[in-house]
Amino acid sequence: MDFTLKIWRQENRKAKGRFETYKISNISPDCSFLEMLDILNESLVDKLSHPICFDHDCREGICGMCGLYINGHPHGPDSAVTTCQLHMRKFSDGETITIEPWRAKPFPIIRDLIVDRTALDKIIQEGGYVSATTGGVPDGNAILISKHKADEAMDSASCIGCGACVAACKNASAMLFVSAKVSQLALLPQGKPEAAIRVQNMVAKMDDLGFGNCTNTYACEAECPKQIKRSNIARMNREFICAKVASEESTKR
Amino acid sequence: MNTLDSKIPEGQLSEKWTKYKASQKLVNPANKRKLDVIVVGTGLAGSSAAASLGALGFNVKIFCISDSPRRAHSIAAQGGINAAKNYQNDGDSVDRLFYDTIKGGDYRAREANVYRLAEVSNSIIDQCVAQGVPFARDYSGMLDNRSFGGAQVSRTFYAKGQTGQQLLLGAYSALSKEIKAGTVEMYERREMMDLVVVDGRARGIITRNLQNGEIERWGAHAVVIATGGYGNVYFLSTNAMNCNGSAAVQCYHKGAFFANPCFVQIHPTCIPVKGDYQSKLTLMSESLRNDGRIWVPKKIEDAVAIREGKLKPTEITEEDRDYYLERRYPAFGNLVPRDIASRAAKERCDAGYGVAPSGYGVYLDFKTAIERLGRDKVEARYGNLFQMYEKIVDVDPYENPMMIYPAVHYTMGGLWVDYELQTTIPGLFATGEANFSDHGANRLGASALMQGLADGYFVLPYTMQNYLSDQIYESKVSTETEEFVVAEKSVKEKLEKIMAIKGEKTVDTLQRELGHIMWEYVGMGRNAQNLQKAIPMLEDLKKEFWSNVRVTGDLTSLNPELEKAVRLADHIELSQIIAKDALQREESCGGHYREEFVTEEGEAKRNDQDFMFVGVWEYKGKDQEPVMHKEDLKYEFINVQQRNYK
Repeated sequence: MDFTLKIWRQENRKAKGRFETYKISNISPDCSFLEMLDILNESLVDKLSHPICFDHDCREGICGMCGLYINGHPHGPDSAVTTCQLHMRKFSDGETITIEPWRAKPFPIIRDLIVDRTALDKIIQEGGYVSATTGGVPDGNAILISKHKADEAMDSASCIGCGACVAACKNASAMLFVSAKVSQLALLPQGKPEAAIRVQNMVAKMDDLGFGNCTNTYACEAECPKQIKRSNIARMNREFICAKVASEESTKR
Repeated sequence: MNTLDSKIPEGQLSEKWTKYKASQKLVNPANKRKLDVIVVGTGLAGSSAAASLGALGFNVKIFCISDSPRRAHSIAAQGGINAAKNYQNDGDSVDRLFYDTIKGGDYRAREANVYRLAEVSNSIIDQCVAQGVPFARDYSGMLDNRSFGGAQVSRTFYAKGQTGQQLLLGAYSALSKEIKAGTVEMYERREMMDLVVVDGRARGIITRNLQNGEIERWGAHAVVIATGGYGNVYFLSTNAMNCNGSAAVQCYHKGAFFANPCFVQIHPTCIPVKGDYQSKLTLMSESLRNDGRIWVPKKIEDAVAIREGKLKPTEITEEDRDYYLERRYPAFGNLVPRDIASRAAKERCDAGYGVAPSGYGVYLDFKTAIERLGRDKVEARYGNLFQMYEKIVDVDPYENPMMIYPAVHYTMGGLWVDYELQTTIPGLFATGEANFSDHGANRLGASALMQGLADGYFVLPYTMQNYLSDQIYESKVSTETEEFVVAEKSVKEKLEKIMAIKGEKTVDTLQRELGHIMWEYVGMGRNAQNLQKAIPMLEDLKKEFWSNVRVTGDLTSLNPELEKAVRLADHIELSQIIAKDALQREESCGGHYREEFVTEEGEAKRNDQDFMFVGVWEYKGKDQEPVMHKEDLKYEFINVQQRNYK
């Protein structure tokens, strides 16, 4: 298969970016999207130019490191996959493909298609955990959790932190990401003691870092490679309101 | 010569760890605050260690090669984590888990370390539950278990097909809590470039900031290496693209010994290689072998017809299928350990029965399971894996059998450590896949997660205190000393040298050549002739790298080509000791299979008389032959037997 690629190039955070056009031919339909970029990069190195920088690691859809905005969609046209799981057979021969980085104020561009997503870690650091230190915990079966609740928590916990939800959102909202963590821990008995503090602190940090409000259009859900449900956002809103109204606890730790 | 002291505590096996903990030295809280610890790597082993040490009150700095600890490749582990809880009442115990692990490792692991691993396994499950890890539950609300290769009990805890992800996110959450508390400082997009040794002790590291190329110095009272394994020397493996053995090689060069480098695990159930553009191989969880049946056609003409696309697997009748694992190993069937399942697949394909277009592939079939359990149940158990397979291969595994082939997956070898997980350099500790300690010559499924977390949560927080108790008199480590200056300078020179070569071959081309040599001559089936061929080939490749590699870009900005080149240089060195170690080990054991040493039935034949030792390699300098030392393995509590899964 042959393709024309329009790719965003930007030297560093401060430099001005631009699209550059590349032609690539003889690509197998079984080639993954990132392998196609590997082939392009190898040809660029052959020509002594700087290869296109993009984040990637596990290449099996679980680490959340890769993330390209392809033809206007985070992770491209296929559903429920990350960029590394996208294959060229999903495109038509001769197609022009536009490749951009995630675009959101809290994700500054580091180089080309690589963005800085440490803002997501900063939100987790505000309370996306149970404050259990190592040792002195009860037996695993001392805490009973219904299968239904455990499965529901697992669904929320399967977020890979790639940031596609932020990239998909017109407001660059991180609500789906934050609500997935809030939900996982609110559903489980282990997370209950800190639930009210957690949701308030995480939401405050999210706002503080410049992520926008929910648009209620659910583009995040539609583009999420792990199919995290928007009902998480509803649960987080409920948790947040209850915490604000009913909680007498301070949000200070 | 350095004598290898494994520091195994005296006494009965079951009392060693208890006794150690009762007699080790501790550090009081006021002094903990004055002691600095560096952790390199943020996977299960690194994150759990940093979180636990931070919670104790030490000053911890942790270095991450990616943008976040959650990217570490522990996240990709699918199947589960073992523990000796015996919740199923099926006869499990600490002794049984210990025995299975030693036997699975083909009697090449240390008894005391493995026993401790089995002992602390139960605490790991409790710890993870307390963190909010959503393990699978049954309808009573209790934790559920599944079975795994090499065991006859159900002791594997799991969270869908994403157990590694959930455990890593648990460790990451514990780490995030400590970062918030200020006990751990996190440095992302940093790669370790060298270890700094002062007066014989590990005192810090040199890193490269991958975003801007800055070379940085960091001092500490102790350093922990938790950088995973070196499976990527084979180019195609199930490892992530950033996984590398560079940190371990740097430590090896600075005097840490490297143990059992030839023990590499080839995982039997991966998606076969498709084309030469391929960048990595995808694992299909071992848990699939619980219900999937592995087969190839009985008639060679059927295999040929399938390869040519003239026949479909579904058209082959039951009597014309060879379920070769069930045939050869009736007791364990499709659940034999990984090394055995891998070799059996290779044996069938080498004999001409392979079914992939390349000839290297066998079937993993769920037809019987779907008939027995119904499609819904199969979907509930393996749905995400089936989806992953279909996305990659574009074939529906509910209708057609999956095609699988073995691929490099895990390295049992690693930095040599004693019972305290300390290397031969005082103050340098190695943990998780980066050390060699617990899996012998073959690792059982669901044991890597167990070991990474055991080391980080429950072993290092004790053993490191024993070391650090002597360090309270040492002031903060200055990074202005001669040793740091020299280390930084040599890193800069090495990088400049690589950039200056401006040769003809890209890093990926050379990496592929390395992978080819390693897979063909130092791969699944090894023999003296091929190994002797590989050694000069690797020497030539090393020369070619240092004279003909092409790295574009510059030193002072983000430059993935340079990152890959540095790792490749180290991988070639590692490959050389892998080949040498494989050559000296004239026996077949676990993942190391020497074609000259087999039983009449073609099974691996161990030589306990001459090779019941750990092969421990010492670096002697550039252009010098490394020297191998032996740590003899003594089995005092276990009856050593020939492994038998029939």
